[in-house]
Amino acid sequence: MRHMAIMNKLLLSAVTASLLSVTTAQAGDIVNVYSARKEALIKPLLDEFSATTGIKVNLITGKADALLKRLQVEGSATPADLFITVDAGRLHRAKEAGVLKPVSLPVLENSIPQALRDSAGYWYGLTLRARPIIYSKSRVSINELSTYEALAEAQWDGRICLRSSQAVYNQSLVAATIDALGAEATQGWVEGMVNNLAKSPSGGDTDQLKAVAAGVCDVTIANTYYLARLINSSKLADQAVASKLAVFWPNQQGQGVIGRGAHFNVSGAGFTKYGKHPEQAKALLEYLASAPAQAWYADINNEYPVVAGVEISQALKGFGDYKMDPIGLEVLGQNNRQAVQLMDRAGWK
Amino acid sequence: MFRRHGLSVFAVVIAAFILLPVIVIVSYALHADGALWQHLLDTVLNEYLVNSLLLLLGVGVGVLLLGVPTAWLTSMCSFPGRRWLSWALLLPLAMPAYIIAYTYTGLLDFAGPVQTWIRDLTGLGYGDYWFFEIRSLGGAIVMMSLVLYPYVYLMARAAFLEQSVSSIEVGCSLGYSRWRAMWSLALPMARPAIITGLSLALMETLADYGTVQYFGVSTFTTGIFRTFYGYGDTAAAAQLAASLLAFVMLLVLLERYSRRRARYHSAAESRARADLIPLMGSKAVMAAVLCSAPLTFGFIIPVTQLLLWAVFEAEPLGWDFVSLAWNSFSLAFLAAIIVVTLAIILSYAKRTKPIKPVRTVIAMAGFGYALPGTIIAIGVLIPLAWADHSLIALFENFGWDNPGLILSGSLVALLFAYTVRFLAVALGSVQSGLEKIKPSLDHAGRSMGHSPLAILRKIHVPLMRTSILTAVLIVFVDVLKELPATLILRPFNFNTMAVRAYELASDERLVDAAPASIMIVLVGLIPVLMLHASISRRRPH
Repeated sequence: MRHMAIMNKLLLSAVTASLLSVTTAQAGDIVNVYSARKEALIKPLLDEFSATTGIKVNLITGKADALLKRLQVEGSATPADLFITVDAGRLHRAKEAGVLKPVSLPVLENSIPQALRDSAGYWYGLTLRARPIIYSKSRVSINELSTYEALAEAQWDGRICLRSSQAVYNQSLVAATIDALGAEATQGWVEGMVNNLAKSPSGGDTDQLKAVAAGVCDVTIANTYYLARLINSSKLADQAVASKLAVFWPNQQGQGVIGRGAHFNVSGAGFTKYGKHPEQAKALLEYLASAPAQAWYADINNEYPVVAGVEISQALKGFGDYKMDPIGLEVLGQNNRQAVQLMDRAGWK
Repeated sequence: MFRRHGLSVFAVVIAAFILLPVIVIVSYALHADGALWQHLLDTVLNEYLVNSLLLLLGVGVGVLLLGVPTAWLTSMCSFPGRRWLSWALLLPLAMPAYIIAYTYTGLLDFAGPVQTWIRDLTGLGYGDYWFFEIRSLGGAIVMMSLVLYPYVYLMARAAFLEQSVSSIEVGCSLGYSRWRAMWSLALPMARPAIITGLSLALMETLADYGTVQYFGVSTFTTGIFRTFYGYGDTAAAAQLAASLLAFVMLLVLLERYSRRRARYHSAAESRARADLIPLMGSKAVMAAVLCSAPLTFGFIIPVTQLLLWAVFEAEPLGWDFVSLAWNSFSLAFLAAIIVVTLAIILSYAKRTKPIKPVRTVIAMAGFGYALPGTIIAIGVLIPLAWADHSLIALFENFGWDNPGLILSGSLVALLFAYTVRFLAVALGSVQSGLEKIKPSLDHAGRSMGHSPLAILRKIHVPLMRTSILTAVLIVFVDVLKELPATLILRPFNFNTMAVRAYELASDERLVDAAPASIMIVLVGLIPVLMLHASISRRRPH
């Protein structure tokens, strides 16, 4: 009994001591990052950056809107220097919320195309993510496919799987379509697709791909890196799923909005307004846009690089070249609220 | 004045602090503009409400059906396996709802091994045969019932065990059969404990986001997140959260009204136990099967699946798992100590001075349990950041170095959030333990000149040791599983196993999330086993 009490005290002091040693942001040659990119998809790059520059990177990952809220509440006292998200709409939202500041980086302005960064330098895109149509090779003939809009037609009745409208990727797709077609036509398109659903939306993009492969439905809309991951997987079950699927790049032909190109989005980063380590943050951002880092994204997560001349993964090469919708990415942020309301009205869960 | 009311004042101040984030959320709600509210009302609110109510109803029935009979059988009857089942039935508590949901989806989904096997065997295609759709409202009800029933089991079993056997004996001597005695005496006497367990399970259900979101079931809570994330509208999200809170308050008031002045402490002195009711033959088999079923589906099957994934398919564990496990463990341990200590102080203040302001404030301090962690995190962040800014201004006034965000940017924020979120759990267990101690003991202690604190230390705490340990256990496991608040509030470079499991799962790498999920379950087992050891040491079975 006595021993138990001593043990308990020891344990309590060990716990307290170890937790107290977790301090907030230390001073020195550091940079503090709030990242909506998952740890596994950014930490190796940050470690590499620290190893080459000697700048220590402190990281908090989380959901973009929650991190944005934290930035807002912390205000001028925030320790964060860089804000990283996986969606341009969220970067725009951060800019609107007044937590970012414009920074001019000539190196990046030269290497990253204008369309993939904020014109005033509030944020820079770091990777490209395309969201085309993915279909079952055995049950869909390529002649049936043409545009995103065509998925609302009656021939697709009961043949579509879609992820929930909670997913920011779908919100951005609808936001981009509002920009191209206008709200009214987009409403009709979304309603048509929802009517054509084979099952109520659930799960992530990978689940939709598996559903198409299993025959639950014939087509879906998903980010390409999920398919590429299945292709590269060492698991036979994943490879079997991937072997039944193919990518179709929609809206490639025709005049005007019909041929506007496939929907894409960027993951990117912006400088916080009250960051205390601007030089280190600049160095980190330049590193994230450098050729080795860009090759890492392409290699590890099958994302398209934003700078020219970087090799893409074998899986991505297999998907072929495509034309991108030349939309200004801030539109994704501007139309986000309208897009969600529209999906609510259409009953897209 | 302070001598007489010191404890009450202290308790009210603590409770008010704990209530602060909830007040912040409610006051935020007052700033919402009506336009979005109108849109929600026109489109999705109805569905959110219906789904949430059905979910509550289903999980309520589910946890009662799984929890009460198993508690009765393991505490009152003897049958083969009773001893180990009595603690093994707690194991699903260590399983987070979102993880059991991922696991069963992997097993039972159209692309999973079971359905693939059916298709391969029969040559049928998808849609040619009927199969239970796991990702549905029904699926969510089953998943949550399987991991939340231990709340009811734990509370009901403690109540059955602490019941004086003599009341049952009296019932029997008056001509009641054993089963009749259960229905008319034991169950009604255990009612406060069962209701406590039930309300914990239901509040957890209301606050759940991970499971319903993954299953594509739109509930009030997914609505809150949609409003916060999709619309970026904190005020409207706060408004939805405030409505959720109002609903919970209503339920609590109803329950309290239905109980009114009933008293539940036992008048008997004797702790001697009569023999257990022996079950023979088919009855014994049925009892064993009935008690193994929740264990099998809530723990053995999902853990086996997770182990298979972890061992054969997932990326192997790196060394950082040690630090993840230590972070999770120490955070949960510290939070459990803090929360239970506060719960004891509050419950005891209420017992010594059951005046209205004290009772009201303490009842409200537990409401955080029904709110989603993300909402609580925001409610915690706002006042703490304000305090930090004031501190920084103060330091600058004195010409000292900027201290940074020492409250909102540190583990203080996390521990505060856990307290707000999980106080209800500890309060429930501690209060029902306290209720069973006769007030005459307090009077005796008082008449011998002991202070209330001395009475608490010397009489109450030893007598309700089981209740206190139960509270520590549940808070520990709950913090271990907690995700949304941890995700938002944790300091730099600080990860837990729940965060790791979530990150991999939300990146659609369910199999790679298995090792971290298994670790959560394993660390969660430690206090379950400790609790069991402690209870069995004290009570002859």
